[in-house]
Formats: sequence, structure tokens, C-alpha cells
Amino acid sequence: MTQLINYILHLADSNLILTQRNAAWCGHGPILEQDIAITNITLDLIGQSRNLYQYAATLINEGNENAVTEDSLAYLRTEREFKNLLLTEQENGDWAQTIVRQFFYSVYQYLLYQKLKESKDEQLAGIAAKSLKEVTYHVTWSSEWLIRLGDGTAESKEKILNAIKQLWPYTGEMFVQTDYELSVVAEGIAPDISLLKNDWLNKVTGVFEEATVSVPENIFMHTGGKTGTHTEKLGYILSDLQYLQRTYPNATW
Amino acid sequence: MVEENIITANTIWQLLEQVPDPEIPVLSILDLGIVRDVKINEGLVEIIITPTYSGCPAMDAISMDIRLKLIENGIKNFKITSVLSPAWTTDWMTEEGKIKLNKYGIAPPKISLDKSDTPPVCPQCKSADTKLLSQFGSTACKALYQCNDCKEPFDYFKCQ
Repeated sequence: MTQLINYILHLADSNLILTQRNAAWCGHGPILEQDIAITNITLDLIGQSRNLYQYAATLINEGNENAVTEDSLAYLRTEREFKNLLLTEQENGDWAQTIVRQFFYSVYQYLLYQKLKESKDEQLAGIAAKSLKEVTYHVTWSSEWLIRLGDGTAESKEKILNAIKQLWPYTGEMFVQTDYELSVVAEGIAPDISLLKNDWLNKVTGVFEEATVSVPENIFMHTGGKTGTHTEKLGYILSDLQYLQRTYPNATW
Repeated sequence: MVEENIITANTIWQLLEQVPDPEIPVLSILDLGIVRDVKINEGLVEIIITPTYSGCPAMDAISMDIRLKLIENGIKNFKITSVLSPAWTTDWMTEEGKIKLNKYGIAPPKISLDKSDTPPVCPQCKSADTKLLSQFGSTACKALYQCNDCKEPFDYFKCQ
């Protein structure tokens, strides 16, 4: 059960942290329609993470008097307890960097949820099936932007290439299984994520070709986010995200 | 007021018909297809709803509106259960709902089996010559289009 909870938190945390990053674009998007697009995507991501946190809270509370809620999971855990992918905590950078990060994540989420919707865990399967419909739009949107910028002007191409260079080293982690993943895979609850690596690469390569950019050669891949060892960036994100509840415990509005 | 001892599922459905969607007030929550079931068990009314989009902020407002509508009508013993599975689809929207949407100026969703690239018809001038401006519109459930004939921008309720 603990491993299942860890797994759900891992999925929820990745969404929440990317939400917090993307949300910073609100009011700052390059044009109004795209400001609305990135915030709409972000709304889907926070909704998905709420469903996951609520499910995790239900499982944690079984036989536990201290009632955990979706809010306490989001606002009161420490950096080391967060299990989000390192990719999701990377900086927004420029628009190209945000697009590339979203694209990498959405393709991963799409492939993962396609399998997870067949999970024998009905709640996870339900969340995955629901989320998949939303993620399908995210993949299309981020692919189109990647192509537009990569195959655009010299400047937009340079920005896309720079974004890929910055973010590629954080993509390997998605497919390296942790103990809790191995455990839920063994129980038939989750798909073996390492088996989705090729599908992910194929999809990414296809879009990269259209965008006239190439996939980086084998380079060092960072890991650790899934087990709580983060880049220094997560601390800053959490101090912003959790400030209110830490400073004024149980504040509501 | 409805007497507690004569509550039937039919009564509840009739009350729910009067609850509008907070974002698109021409549609009732029944038109939208988000009420999946009404169960009555030993006087307890259970209303099962399903969210349109995971992060749809209207869902909390909808639960609150259902609550108020029932209380207003003297029904106190009830609960609202939100279920995710099976996931909501625009195919559950009623035909009447789609007509109301179109009149309101929002192009209704295609059926999900229709995988063609045909853009929606302009709800203003009925031209079929329209273009996508953005897949993400004023709310999570809508995309933004523009008519090439009358030039009016319009919302399209995304097929899901």
C-alpha cells in the first residue's frame, strides 16, 4: 500500500510542480490566445493532480486518525518528500523552453496514461482515462509550437535548440524505474514505464524531424527527482507554493 | 416544497433540470450530461455527477447549486457523489442542449466518432468556412474559431 501511495504521489507531484511553473505565465504569454492556452493546460494539470492527491489521501487515511487532505499533501510536505520528475521543476526560461518542457512531459503523460487506463486499480484507471482526453490536446498544441518555432526563423530555431539542450538531460529519468514503480508494476497496477521509452523517443523524433531539429546524442541523464533528490530549484518553487499555509497555518479564503 | 416521504427520482430529475451550468447558463446540468444517476435509498437521495474537465472550476459551483436547489425544495437528506469513471464525453450532451448552445453562439461539439477535420459551422452566419484560432478558449471546454465569411470569432465546445 505504501508503494502505491508513493506512486500516486509521484504522478500528482509532477503535475503540481509543472502547474506551479506554467502558472507563472498567466498574464505574461506572448499573445493573448497562447496565454490562455498555457493556463488552460495548467488548469487540466492541477485538476488531474487534485484527483490523484484526493485518492492518495483516501488511502493514507485508512486506519489513520490524522486526516490527510489533498491540501496537506500539496502544502505541507517537504522538498525531500516530493517525487516529481526533475523535468517539471526546470525553469520556464523563454517561451521555447516552456514549450519543449511541456512537449516532453505531455508525450510521456500521454503514453503512460494510455496504459494506466487499463490498470486493475479502478480509481487510477478512471483518473487516467479522464486525463488522457485532456493530455491529447496538450500533445497536439505543444507539438505544433515546437514545429512552428523549430522550423521558423533563425532566432526561434536557436531558442528551440537551446531549450532542447537545457532540458534533454532531464528526460531520461522518466523511464528509470524506482522501487515503488517496480512494486506497483509487479502488482499489475501500473505499466512498466521503461518499456515506453522507445515509443516516447519515436514520437519525439517524429516531431523533431518536422521541426527540422535533431535528437541529442547519448548524453548524461540526471535522476533523483522521483525519489526526492531534487535540483536546487524545487526549494524555491515550494517556498512560493507553500508560503501561505506555512506562514498562516489552516488559512482559508 | 417536496414532502420528504414522497420524494421520487423523477422529482429530483425535475429539480436538477432547473440547475443551470454556471459558465453557460442556457444549458442545464442535464443538457450537459454531467448527472449520471439519481438513487434513492431509505430516504437518502444520492446524486452522481461526473466532471467535464479534471480542473473545471465550475464543478464546485455546480455542486453548490445542486445543494441549494434541493434545500430550497425542502430536501435535506442527500449527498452528491462525484465519479470519474466512465469519463464524461460530449456525446452525453443532449440534442436539445446542442441546439441551445448553437443559438447562444457557441458551436456544439461533434460526435466523438467523427474524426474528420471538418471545422465547426459558424453559429452566427451558418457558414462552413471557418478556421481554428486556438485549441484553448475562454474555458477549459472550449476552442476559439473564426468565421472566414462573417469574420466573427466564436467558441466551439470541444469534442471530448
